[in-house]
Order: sequence, then C-alpha cells, then structure tokens
Amino acid sequence: MKKLSARRRHPLAAVVVLLLALAATGGLYTAFAPAGKAQADETAQSLAIEEGKKLYSVGCASCHGTGGQGSSDGPSLVGVGSAAVDFQVGTGRMPAMAPGAQVPKKKVIYSQKEIDQLAAYVASLGAGPITPTAKQYSPAGADIAKGGDLFRTNCTQCHNFTGEGGALTHGKTAPSLEGVDPKHIYEAMQTGPQNMPSFPDSTMPEQQKRDIIAYVKAVNGEESASPGGLKLGGLGPVSEGLFAWIFGLGALIAVAVWVAAHTAKAKKS
Amino acid sequence: MSTADDKNRKAPAGERVADWADGRLGIYGLAKANMRKIFPDHWSFMLGEIALYSFIIIILTGVYLTLFFHPSMNEVEYHGGYVPLQGVMMSEAFASTLDISFDVRGGLLIRQIHHWAALIFLAAMLVHMMRVFFTGAFRKPREINWLFGFLLFVLGMFTGFTGYSLPDDLLSGTGVRFMQGAVLSVPVVGTYLSMFLFGGEFPGGDFVARFYSVHILLLPGIMLGLVVAHLILVFYHKHTQFAGPGRTNRNVVGMPLLPVYMAKAGGFFFLVFGLIVIVSAIATINPIWSIGPYRPDQVSTGAQPDWYMGFSEGLIRVMPGWEINFAGHTLVLGVFIPLIIFPLVLVAIAVYPFVESWVTGDKREHHILDRPRNAPTRTAFGVAWLTWYFVLLVGGGNDLWATHFHLSINAITWFVRVAFFAGPVIAFIVTKRICLGLQRRDAEKVLHGRESGVIKRLPHGEFVEVHTPLEQGDLHKLTAHEQYKPAEIGPTVDENGVERKVSPGEKLRAKLSEGYYGEGSQIPKPTAEEYKEITSGHGHH
Repeated sequence: MKKLSARRRHPLAAVVVLLLALAATGGLYTAFAPAGKAQADETAQSLAIEEGKKLYSVGCASCHGTGGQGSSDGPSLVGVGSAAVDFQVGTGRMPAMAPGAQVPKKKVIYSQKEIDQLAAYVASLGAGPITPTAKQYSPAGADIAKGGDLFRTNCTQCHNFTGEGGALTHGKTAPSLEGVDPKHIYEAMQTGPQNMPSFPDSTMPEQQKRDIIAYVKAVNGEESASPGGLKLGGLGPVSEGLFAWIFGLGALIAVAVWVAAHTAKAKKS
Repeated sequence: MSTADDKNRKAPAGERVADWADGRLGIYGLAKANMRKIFPDHWSFMLGEIALYSFIIIILTGVYLTLFFHPSMNEVEYHGGYVPLQGVMMSEAFASTLDISFDVRGGLLIRQIHHWAALIFLAAMLVHMMRVFFTGAFRKPREINWLFGFLLFVLGMFTGFTGYSLPDDLLSGTGVRFMQGAVLSVPVVGTYLSMFLFGGEFPGGDFVARFYSVHILLLPGIMLGLVVAHLILVFYHKHTQFAGPGRTNRNVVGMPLLPVYMAKAGGFFFLVFGLIVIVSAIATINPIWSIGPYRPDQVSTGAQPDWYMGFSEGLIRVMPGWEINFAGHTLVLGVFIPLIIFPLVLVAIAVYPFVESWVTGDKREHHILDRPRNAPTRTAFGVAWLTWYFVLLVGGGNDLWATHFHLSINAITWFVRVAFFAGPVIAFIVTKRICLGLQRRDAEKVLHGRESGVIKRLPHGEFVEVHTPLEQGDLHKLTAHEQYKPAEIGPTVDENGVERKVSPGEKLRAKLSEGYYGEGSQIPKPTAEEYKEITSGHGHH
C-alpha cells in the first residue's frame, strides 16, 4: 500500500487511472450488453410476425378483420395476447367451423410453429397475456390439496367436482378437463376463453394456477386412480341411478325370471 | 325290533329341540298353520322380495358402518390415506367417511354395498309397487297393505336422503342446503322450522348428529315395523294369483312355503346379495374423496340427489323463479310451489285404490289379478303417473341431458314445463288405445286361434291362412276377466213420483264410471256362444 500511495503524485498516475476506468467500463459493457444476439432475436421476432400475419390473413381475417380489429362474426383480437391464440388455435377451437352457441374443441390443424407465429402476430397488435413457459404451468411439486380447495371454490360451479364438465345456458357448455394439456388449462385461466371468466395473476397468482393444474391432473388425469371401481363418468347421482336401475335392478329382475322359470316340479303321485 | 325298544328309543335331536321350544314358545300351532302356506309362482311376485332382501343387506352393512362413522361436525385437519386431501380442513363426519373408505378394512366395499343396495332397494320398491298397481293387487282386502308399502317407499326416500347427507361432503351438503331452502320458503313458519332443524343458522354444528339418529334409528325402526306388518298381511290375505285353469278367487294354486319357498327365497336372498356385492365391487358410488368436504361457499355443477329424490330436483329446476314481495316479506313461489307439488306427486298414486273403488263401487274381495290390458283406465292412469314422474326426473337431470345430447338446457327446461302438463294426458290416451288394441287381439285369438303362418289354397283358388285354435287353458286365461258395467245414477224419481236430489259427487262418479267401463273403454270379450258358433264351422272366415 505504501508503494501505491507514494506514487499517487506521479505525473502518469492520472493516465493509469483513466486507462483502468476505461478498461472496466468496456469490460462491463461487453459482459452485460445484449449485443448481437438481441439483434438476431428481433429479426426472428419480426420474421415470426411477418409469417403470422400471412397465416392470419388466410385463416382468421375473414371473421376477425384484416387487422384483427374484429367484425360482426368475430371479436377484436387487439390485446388478447399470445396466450389466447395459443389456447384457441392449440386446442383446435380456432379457426371456428361454424357459428353456434359455442366453438367446440376439435382437431388441431396448425403446427406448434405456425401457432407461435400467429400468436406473435396477434401479440404485436396490442399487449396481452403472454404464452406461459413450461416452468409456469408445470404441476410438479404443486400442492394438490390446496389446488382441490381452489378448484372447488373457483371451477366446480361449471366444470363439476373433478372437471368432467357441465352445462351452461342455451347450449353452451363448460368442457371436460380430462386430458387437457396443463399449458392449455393455464392459458384458459389467464385469458378466460368464450364463456369462462379470466383469472389473471392479480386475482389468482401463478402458484395457485399450478396447484389447480396439479389437482386436475391428480383426479382426472391419465394416472388418476378410482379406488371404488368404475367411476361412471364421474357425473354423480344421475349416472349412478341409471346404473343401479339397469345393471342393479335389471340384473336382479333377470335373476328373478330365471328363478321363477326353474320351479319345483310337483311329485308324481 | 320289539315294542319295548320303540318306547325306550330316544327321539332324534331335532325333534327334542323342537319339543323343548314348543313347550316354552308354543310355536307348533303357528308353524303348522304357516309352514304349508301356499304361494303362487310368477317372476313378478319376486320384486317385493328383491326390495326385502336389499333392505336386509342395507341394515347389515349399515351396522358395520356405524362402528366407524363419527356423526360429528367438529372441524379437523385430514391426515389419512387419501393424499389429495391431506391437510384440508373438514368435519369429523367427512374425515371418518374417508377413513372408512381408505383406512378401514373392507370399509369402501361395505360403504358401496350400503349405497348401491339403497338405490336398488328404492328402485325395487317402486317396481314392486307398479306391479301391484298394474295388476290391481291393491283391491280389497289389500288396500291397507298398499298403504304400508307406499309408506315404506316414502320413508325409504327420506332414510336415503338423510343417509346421503351424513358424510357432509360437498354434494350432499348442497342437497341439505337445497332442503333448507325449501323449508325456508314455507310462509310464516319457514325460518323457525329451519332454525329448529339446524339448531341455528345453516349449516350450524348439529345437523349431521341429528340426521344420524333419524337415519339409523328413527326411520329404519319405523320401516322395520312396517315391513313386518306388510309381510304379516301378505300371509293373512294370502298371495294373489293370475287367472288360470283351476285358479279361483277362493283358492291359491302354487307351492308350499316349506320346503319349496323357503329354499327358493333363501337362495334368492343370496343371489340378490351376491349381485349387489358384484355391482359394488365393480362400480364406485358417491366417491366423496373426489367431491370434497362441504363448505357453504362452494358448489358444483351436476349437484343432484340420488335418483329417488330426483323428481323433487326436477320440480325446482323447471319452476320459474316467481316471488311476491309484500310488506317486507318475501313469498318465494319458485320454491314453495314445488314444495307443495312434491307430496302431491306421491299422494296421486297412493290414493288411487280408494278412488277406483269409489268410482267403480266395487267392494268385493279380489284375489285374481287383472292383466293390465283388461283394466285400460287404471293402466292408462298408471302410465300417465309414471310419465309424470319420468318427466320430472328428466328435469332433475336437465344439465346432463344438455351435455350428453348436445341440447340447450333452456329448451329442455321448457320441454319439461310443457310435458309436466301434456305428457301424462298424452300417455293416458295412448296407453288406453294400446290396451283396447290388445283386448281386440285377445278376442281375435280366442275366436280364430293363433296365426300359424301356413297358407292354404282352397279348391276354388282362394288363399287362407290356417289358424290353430287355442288350448282350453289359454282360452280360459284370455276370457277369465270380468267386464263391468258403468255405475249409473239410478232412478231419480221414486215410485211416488218424488224427485230426488242428485249430488254433484254422484254425477261425477257416474261420469267417471262411464269413462272406466262405458262404450269405447273396453272391448266386449267373446262369449261362449260366439265361440261355439265360429268353431262349429258355420261362417268360418
């Protein structure tokens, strides 16, 4: 330290400090600047928007308008966000087949890449919910019990106890959640498609959404067990009553007919 | 060998036991009188047996369940075997039902047997009741037994409802809330009744314990007594039988209770038990673990009661939400009217035997059953009632009809509203026509025999189908029923020329009687003369 402090009055000291400061600034700049990659991303993004716009004008513009402004046949897409596009097109609901009470889920006709391009274009029309990443919607490690409670508070009114779906007014329905991709469940909660209310992060934080997804997977997924046997659609007393009448009482009546048909023979003489 | 040996020989063990019991209970006379009791054979006479056996199964499994169920609404945190509910707060009743399902050996199977048997019990009772109805087995002297059976059905409904509510799950809790809403809609006393039932505001901390004693003690106790009375009356009246050769209103043709029916009934009990166990092992019922614990702030779609209460659900679902506000009080007609119609639906079928005997003026004893077609008005009324009941069941499950048949729930609701009034009328007319058609067919069969399918060509070229005449026994079966004449008002002027007053009731009765037995309400059955004339060969074909 003595050496350094002794030379601080050296005529070249200022030059050395200046050089060091320049080197530090430059170093920090190279370390933190987005540099060339940012450039590449932006190009890819604008390319996706470009491609998306082309897909949009073929598949969507007839109802949603050439600029996504909407028409009498379809709502405006300004501000719906990429998550909405990923949900609607990713589950096959869009493009819609025919106007009706509700647009049903059907075969997906776009590849995930095309869906991303469409989403990029629609997102460019106005800010909205962004397509979630796998980390956001993954049910791994979420609290199933908490999710069940949240599900019963927020979802069962329309989707039934275990997400088997239910009826809404005038032919509309809350669809079954069986086998629905966790990403799509997450996006539905984010964006509130069709008749569903939306549950943005401000009312339902990301963690709660993951809990709900974990619950749905646990009770209505491919691996969920039904400890009591056939679950009869999980629809409750109506299907149980039908089963009791047909396979319970029906079988018993068949047995009664059988027993009555094999009556004791009167003894001869 | 010798007589001395015979005297010293000890009686067989069975005889000694019987002798011992007879000396103390005096059962010999009772057994002698009843062991040879004759019962006729027909599969439809076993429907009541299905009900009886499922009732026994319910009692047996119910006893097992009481050993583990805690009828308490104390809140506990769950830490049992079902992972997706761990850490959730719930009532002890719900937690103990989860324990029965997951941690008690055989608990889930017993629970499912109990519940499936309950659904089958009620269904069997209804079908049994309809068998009695359509064959006219409710006629004198069996009207009281008909009422006992009806009471068993109604009590079964409420026993089922209270049992369904015990686990305190989200589905049954919604049902209890539904019931509480109906109670609240009663003018003036509704609020007091609700407070009394629940020991305060809904849901309070009492109702599970209260429903428990009603479910396991009060109602089953009454039902058990009624079942015994029902069976004693069956023994006392003797069983009815269908018409047939050798069967009259004064005898019973069949097999004796011992040994034939003891063996048959005993075997049938095990068949019923076995089948219910198979159903319970195959299919789950009321999976409360996926339904979740009850919380008054939560509700699910597809919340229906068990099938036997479904028609009350239908009444509420299709009733427009009318209400009247007057001087700060609300009369909720949308709930209160269904509450009034609910018992009326049941009473409509229960009082029918008395209405029929009043209309027809028939006070004789009947031990020979009617074929439904031979009592067209009764049959038509029964089908109309069933249509009414079924229409309400459709209303109760309107959401599932909507989702499974891709219909609008509003359209279904409107259909049910219209069908509530129109359905029974249409069913009545159609059924009556079908019955008359079947009567015509019977008459045709008696007079011309059965179509053999053999076509014969006569020498002059005409083609005729050969009809095989019926056997004597079949002829008897098709013509054994009596055909009545409508009850008339009778002379309104007596021998002195004094006019008598005809009450409106009398006029109504005459009109109804005309509807029962008047022209166009029955096809005259073939007479012996007609039969002779046709079969003697003159004017054949």
